[in-house]
Amino acid sequence: MLSETFLITLFLGAVMAGMPLLLAGLGEQLSERAGVLNIGLEGMMLAGAWAGFVAAWASGSAGLGFLAGAGAGLVVAAFMALFCVIMALNQIVVGIALVLAVQGLTALLHFVQFSQSYPRLDGMQAWAVPGLSQIPLLGPMLFSHNPVVWLGLALTAAMAFLYRQTNLGIALQAAGDRPAALDALGGNVTRLRVLTVLTTGALAGLGGAFMSVAVAGVFVPFMSHGNGFIAIVLAMLARGRPLWVLGGAFLFGASLSMTTALQVVGVNVPVDVIQMLPFAMVMLVLVLAGRKANLPAALGESFERGAR
Amino acid sequence: MSERFRTGAGRELAIQALFLIGPLLAVLILGGLILLALGANPFSYYAFVVERGMLRPSGLEATLTRMGPLLLIASGLIIAFRAGVWNLGGDGQFLLAAVMAAALAPLLHQAGWPVWLLLMAGLLTGAITGAAWAVLPALLRARQGLNEIITTLMMSFLGVSLANLLVKLAFLDPTTTTPQTRTLPVEARLPRLFDTTISSGLLIGLVVVILVHLMMTRTAFGLRLRVVGANPRAALHAGLAVPALTIAVFALSAGLVGLAGAVDVLGIQGNIRADWNPAYSLSVVPLVFLARLNGYGTIVYVFLFSALSIGAESAARRLGVPGYFSLVIVALMLITFALSDHFQKRRQRLSQI
Repeated sequence: MLSETFLITLFLGAVMAGMPLLLAGLGEQLSERAGVLNIGLEGMMLAGAWAGFVAAWASGSAGLGFLAGAGAGLVVAAFMALFCVIMALNQIVVGIALVLAVQGLTALLHFVQFSQSYPRLDGMQAWAVPGLSQIPLLGPMLFSHNPVVWLGLALTAAMAFLYRQTNLGIALQAAGDRPAALDALGGNVTRLRVLTVLTTGALAGLGGAFMSVAVAGVFVPFMSHGNGFIAIVLAMLARGRPLWVLGGAFLFGASLSMTTALQVVGVNVPVDVIQMLPFAMVMLVLVLAGRKANLPAALGESFERGAR
Repeated sequence: MSERFRTGAGRELAIQALFLIGPLLAVLILGGLILLALGANPFSYYAFVVERGMLRPSGLEATLTRMGPLLLIASGLIIAFRAGVWNLGGDGQFLLAAVMAAALAPLLHQAGWPVWLLLMAGLLTGAITGAAWAVLPALLRARQGLNEIITTLMMSFLGVSLANLLVKLAFLDPTTTTPQTRTLPVEARLPRLFDTTISSGLLIGLVVVILVHLMMTRTAFGLRLRVVGANPRAALHAGLAVPALTIAVFALSAGLVGLAGAVDVLGIQGNIRADWNPAYSLSVVPLVFLARLNGYGTIVYVFLFSALSIGAESAARRLGVPGYFSLVIVALMLITFALSDHFQKRRQRLSQI
């Protein structure tokens, strides 16, 4: 069973399935650090998946699809920022409303456009590192990937640098832990939180577009299927460490892609069992390490200047 | 002076009415724009939904029947939200409970149990299954302080898949080729009310939601739960057993959601088909909020939503607008009402200055 094909399929599958989680997880980590719990993440991913697919299908360009996906996520996030950060409405209520709205709207739009035809996108070209990608086994696993995968890796490093080495990183942390202190120092909590929520939306939308454009090649209603929520768990468990999001996304990606890998080597497991895997794994991790999942002190609380 | 006061009061009343009607109007207009974009006539769509969901007798009966499970879910959510517990895992709790009740009831019927005993057993099974599915999030929250939003959602996805698996592998009806559980004969289901097709699940739902409302607002136990919800630290200082209360809240909340699943199966569905998931719970969450966690208000909103979903289902067949539209309406309502609430509060604050 542990043949070369199985390993390569599982590894590449884990990278592909983990990439949306990585992008959304990095985004969620950013906004959680600044004190906004983004339950609407699932909706942002789904909006990105729909817009990404439609744009890629209409233009024939995957790159435009990714851009449109990020844009759609940004639009959903703009509502989140307006309602929760600027107007200080309840973050959980608005998050749920956004998820429901996007689920309903994308399913409706999909029905109107594609209920007669079921278009598929062609597979995408990977970017292979010349030379290195020719190495047997390791070559195809490590050095030949979709451009967005390289972007995700670069982003992980950039985030780690942002949190550890920059003033902006410290301001973010202050916005999440003690917004009043940042405000007293002359920082603008609201502007900082709006920017992080918008960035989160763009990243989650890009992750969603990756699902529909690069992985599935189709859009199916409700296709984000809890990935946004898993990304929230990732961000919670990783606390401030982007590398942990990367590791977690790969791990959960592996459990998501187990089906394909098993089918390739001829083992058939019911779909429902496979669908349970990532969620069961999340629960297991939470039971084992949940105590360590500490969150910013002011997470989920809106900041109103001069209140109290 | 009195003249000015009276016009002021009249103006105040008009503004209050605006805060109530405005959001509803906004939802109808926004929804109408979406319908236009979909190529449907908003006026005929809304008229169709009202006619099918509320006016036509068969539609009204379907609406009232659907209210039973929805009210039970709402009751479970009211307990949880008032006690500061975000039980968002209702879909898994509901479906698993429904599947267990659907598996048990026909077997008991074949074994010759009297109908009332069989129904009691089925309802109890549902409630226990629902509560059991919340044990892990409850313990994690009570012992480790782990955020239950995430854990209940995760358990929900797990529960839905597990329920499907049980239908397909364990509880399959051997007498038919459709993948579904054994069917409970109509004479062994929850009785219908009078000469209508309304299931008595409606009565169970109404009684429970009122009892829950009274429990939360009129009893010492309810007060304790509300204190825990409002300020857990203060509750701890006041000597309340916060972890035990938290676990009780999870058990009650998920138990009622499970009961809803059992009522749906024993009163309406009769069996469960593979991959059936009505996903009621996440759409009931907004209703409970719109009613501000008040039991009586919840009855009104659940009725409106129930009529909307029944009307939207027949509109899907007749007018070609998929039922997903009701999801959009609920989301729009939630946002517009939250906005109206926000502006109302700001107005009050400004008038105090």
